[in-house]
Amino acid sequence: MSTAVLPRENYLNTDYGLRSWFLTTDHKRICILYLLTITLFFAIGGAFATVMRLDLATPAADLVSDETYNKMFTMHGIIMVFFFLVPSIPATLGNFLIPMMVGAKDVAFPKLNLASWYIFTAGGCFTLWALISGGVDSGWTFYTPFSTLSSNTNVTLAALGIFIAGFSSILTGLNFMVTIHRMRAPGLTWFRMPLFLWSMYAASLIFVLGTPVIAITLLLVAAERVLHLGIFDPARGGDPVLFQHLFWFYSHPAVYIMVVPGMGVVSEIVAAFSRKRIFGYTFVAFSSLAIAILGFLVWGHHLFVAGISVYSALVFSLLSYFVAIPSAIKVFNWTATLYKGSISFATPMLYAFGFIWMFTIGGLTGLFLAALGIDIHVTDTYFVIAHFHYIMVGGAIMAYLGGLHYWWPKMTGRLYPEGWGKLGFITVFLGFNLTFFPQFILGYMGMPRRYHAYPPEFQTLNVLSSAGASILAIGYLIPLVYLLWSLKYGPIAGPNPWGAKGLEWTTSSPPPKHNFETTPIVTEPAYNYSELEETAVV
Amino acid sequence: MSEIATSEAAHPAHLQHHFDSLQEQSQVASLGMWVFLVTEILFFGGMFTSYLVYRSTYPDAFAIASKHTVILIGAVNTAVLITSSLTMALAVFASSEGNRKSTVNFLTATWVLGFTFLVLKGIEYTIDFHEHLVPGAGFQMAGTNPGHAELFFSLYFIMTGIHALHMIIGLSVLLVILYMARRGDFSPEYHSPVEVMGLYWHFVDIIWIFLFPLLYLIDRHR
Amino acid sequence: MAIEHTETTEHVVPKRVYYTIFVILMVMTYTTVQVAYFDLGRFNAVAALLIAFFKASLVVLFFMHVKYAPKLIKLFVLGGLFWLAIMLGITMTDYMTRTPQEFPMSRVNTVQPLPAAHVPTALLG
Repeated sequence: MSTAVLPRENYLNTDYGLRSWFLTTDHKRICILYLLTITLFFAIGGAFATVMRLDLATPAADLVSDETYNKMFTMHGIIMVFFFLVPSIPATLGNFLIPMMVGAKDVAFPKLNLASWYIFTAGGCFTLWALISGGVDSGWTFYTPFSTLSSNTNVTLAALGIFIAGFSSILTGLNFMVTIHRMRAPGLTWFRMPLFLWSMYAASLIFVLGTPVIAITLLLVAAERVLHLGIFDPARGGDPVLFQHLFWFYSHPAVYIMVVPGMGVVSEIVAAFSRKRIFGYTFVAFSSLAIAILGFLVWGHHLFVAGISVYSALVFSLLSYFVAIPSAIKVFNWTATLYKGSISFATPMLYAFGFIWMFTIGGLTGLFLAALGIDIHVTDTYFVIAHFHYIMVGGAIMAYLGGLHYWWPKMTGRLYPEGWGKLGFITVFLGFNLTFFPQFILGYMGMPRRYHAYPPEFQTLNVLSSAGASILAIGYLIPLVYLLWSLKYGPIAGPNPWGAKGLEWTTSSPPPKHNFETTPIVTEPAYNYSELEETAVV
Repeated sequence: MSEIATSEAAHPAHLQHHFDSLQEQSQVASLGMWVFLVTEILFFGGMFTSYLVYRSTYPDAFAIASKHTVILIGAVNTAVLITSSLTMALAVFASSEGNRKSTVNFLTATWVLGFTFLVLKGIEYTIDFHEHLVPGAGFQMAGTNPGHAELFFSLYFIMTGIHALHMIIGLSVLLVILYMARRGDFSPEYHSPVEVMGLYWHFVDIIWIFLFPLLYLIDRHR
Repeated sequence: MAIEHTETTEHVVPKRVYYTIFVILMVMTYTTVQVAYFDLGRFNAVAALLIAFFKASLVVLFFMHVKYAPKLIKLFVLGGLFWLAIMLGITMTDYMTRTPQEFPMSRVNTVQPLPAAHVPTALLG
C-alpha cells in the first residue's frame, strides 16, 4: 500500500479554481459542495442545542430568557431537520454514489443537480436571514394558529426558506429516480442493485411525493400571515388541525427520508465487513419501499391529542404498528448476515452496529408512542424527544458518519486514521446515550418538552443529559479534525481498500471525471462474496 | 429545457455526454417531467384537501359564496385553455414532423391563448375586488356566515393564484421554446423540449379543468 | 442507435385524433355548465367531478400520449393519483367521524353563525 500513488487525473484535479467548482455539473463535486454546506448547518444547529442543554443544566432558567429559549429550540429543529438531516445522506453520499453504483457517467440531469444545490443554499440563506434578523419561535412544526395569528417573529421568512429548499429536495429526488430507472449499466437488473440504491429510490419517492405537500402547507401559512387569507383561522371557521394533517403528511414520511438512506448505508457496510451477501436481499430491498409507502399512511399519530376523531386515531394507531414490520425485517436480516460472517470491526462497521442498536431502541419506543393510551400520557414530553433523537441522531447521523468513513477513501483517495476513528465512534456512542437515555426517564416522569425551566427533582437526569451532550459535541469534533487531517496526511487508499464488492470500487480513488474508463457490464449479483465464504467453510 | 449541451466532437448536436443516443436522452427528459408532474399533483393536492374538508363542512356557505364567482369568465377561460392545449398538442406534432413553420405558428397560438387566459383572470380578479370578495378587513357577504364565505374565497384566491403562477411560468418557458423553434433547433430526431413543455402545459390545463367545477359550478343552481 | 424503436416514448397520433378530442372537450365543457343549473341534489357535485375527470382523462391519454406511453409512465400517473387519494381519503377519515363536541364547526352547526371570539375546543384540549 505504501508504494501506491493517487491516480494522476481524477475529478478533484481536472479543473482548478472557484469557477470550476461553482459551475460544475459533476455529481462528485456537487457532493462535496453539499458536504461543506450541510456541515456548516450542522454546526449552527448544534450550537443552538448547546445553548439549550446549558440552560437546562439548572432547574431555574439561568442562561436565556423564555423567549430566547423558544427561538433556540425552533431554530435547532428547523436547521437540523430541513437543512441537515433531510439532505444529509441523499445529497452527499447519494449524489456521489448513485451514478457510480449504476455505472453511469453522471446523474440523469446534471445541470438540475447543480441547480438543486443553489436552490438549497438559497433556501438556507433565507432561513439564516430569518434567524439573524430576530429568530423564529413557532417550533419547527409551525403549528397554527400560533404561527399564523400570534407569533410576531420571522415565521414568514423561515417558512419561505423551507419552501425554497423543498424544491431542492424535489429535484434531487426526481433526478435520483430517473437515474436509477434509466441510467443503469448493461446487466444491472433491479435485483442486482446494491441495497443502497433501493433505499435511495425509496427515499426519492418520499422526496417526490411528500415535499410538495409541505411546500404548499407552508405557503398557506405565509399567505395567511401576509395576505390575511383564512385557511386555518378558527375565527372564520377554519380548522387548525387541518394544518397538522397537511404538515405531517410530509413530515412523518420525512423521518423515513432521514433513516431509510441510513439503512441503505448500513446494508452496504454490514455486507462488506462480514464478507457475506446480505441475508434475505429481496426482503431488505422491498422493505425499503414498504417503509416509504407505509410511512405515508400513519401521519395521524402525531395528532392523537390534537382533536382528531377517536375512530380516525384508532386507524392511525393500527397503521403505525405496520411500519414496525419492514423495519424489523431489516434489523433481523442484518443480524442474520453477521452469522458465520468473517467480521472485522473497522470504524464504519462500528457505526453500523451503533445504528442497529440505536435504531432498534428508537423504533421500539416508537411502538409505545403508537399506542393511543401511552401516547396521551407522554405526548409532548421528553420521552418523545428521546425517541426521535434515537432515530434521527442515533440512527441517521450514525449511518451518515459510518457511510462517510466507508466511502471516504473513494471520495478523497486517502484513508482516515483507524485508531482515531474508533475513538471518535466510542465518544459519539457514549455521549449520545448519555444525552438521550435520561430523557426517556424524564419524559416518562412527565417533564414536558419546549420549556426552559423545570422542577428541581428533574435536575440530576438533566445534568447527566447535558454532560452527555458535551461528550457528544467532542465526539463530532474528533472525526471533523482527523478527516480534514487525512486529506493531506492520510495513507493512500488505492481503488478498493476494503476489498468490497460494487461498481464504485472497480474504479480508481478518487474516481476520474467520468467515473469509469469504459461503461461497466454487470454479470453478477450484488455482494458476491461467495468465493470468500467457500474458503471460510474450509 | 435548459438541458441543451454544447455538442462534443463525436456526438450529434444536442446530445449530452452522459447519454448514448438522442432517443435515450429524450426518454429520460420526458420521464423526468412526468415525475415532476406527480409532485405537482401532490402540490395542488394540499389545496384540494383543504377544499374538500371545508366544502363538506360548510356546504351551504360554500354554495352561496361560489355563486359570487363570475361564471362567464370562468367558462370562457376553460374554453381558452382547452384550445391552447389543442394548439400545444399540434405544435408537438408539427415539431416531430420537422415542420418548423407550423411548430412556430402553433406555439405562438398557444402563447397568445395562455396570455388571454391571464388577462381574463385579471379582469375577473378586478371584479372580485370591487365586489368585496377579497378575504381580509374589506370582505363582505350577505346571506350566509361571512367567515365561512371568506374561507371559500381564501381557497378560491390561493388555488386560482397558484394556478395563474403556473401559467406565468409556463408562458415564460414557452417563450424560450418559441425562440428555439424559430431558430430551427428542432427536428424529427430532436424535439424533446417541445414535448416536455407540452406535458407541463397540458397538466396546467388539467388543473383548471378541476378548478372550474370546484370553484364555479357545484351547487350553482341553488 | 436512434433508428431502433424498441421502446419509444413517442407515437405518432394522427391529427384528427387531436381535433376529435378537442371537440369532445368543448362539448363536455358546455354540458358541465348546463348541468350545474339543474337541481340534482347531491349529484350536482358528482356530475361536475365525473365530467371533469372524464375531460382530464382525455387530455392525459391523448394530448399527453399516455395511452401510447411505456408502462412506467402509466404507473407514475396512477401512483400520483393514488397518493392524492391517500391524502384526501385518510384526512377525511378524521373529518367524517368527528362529533360536534370534537369539532364545533362540524356540519351540524353550519347554519348558525359562530360567535366572534370563538375558539374550538380542539385547541383547548
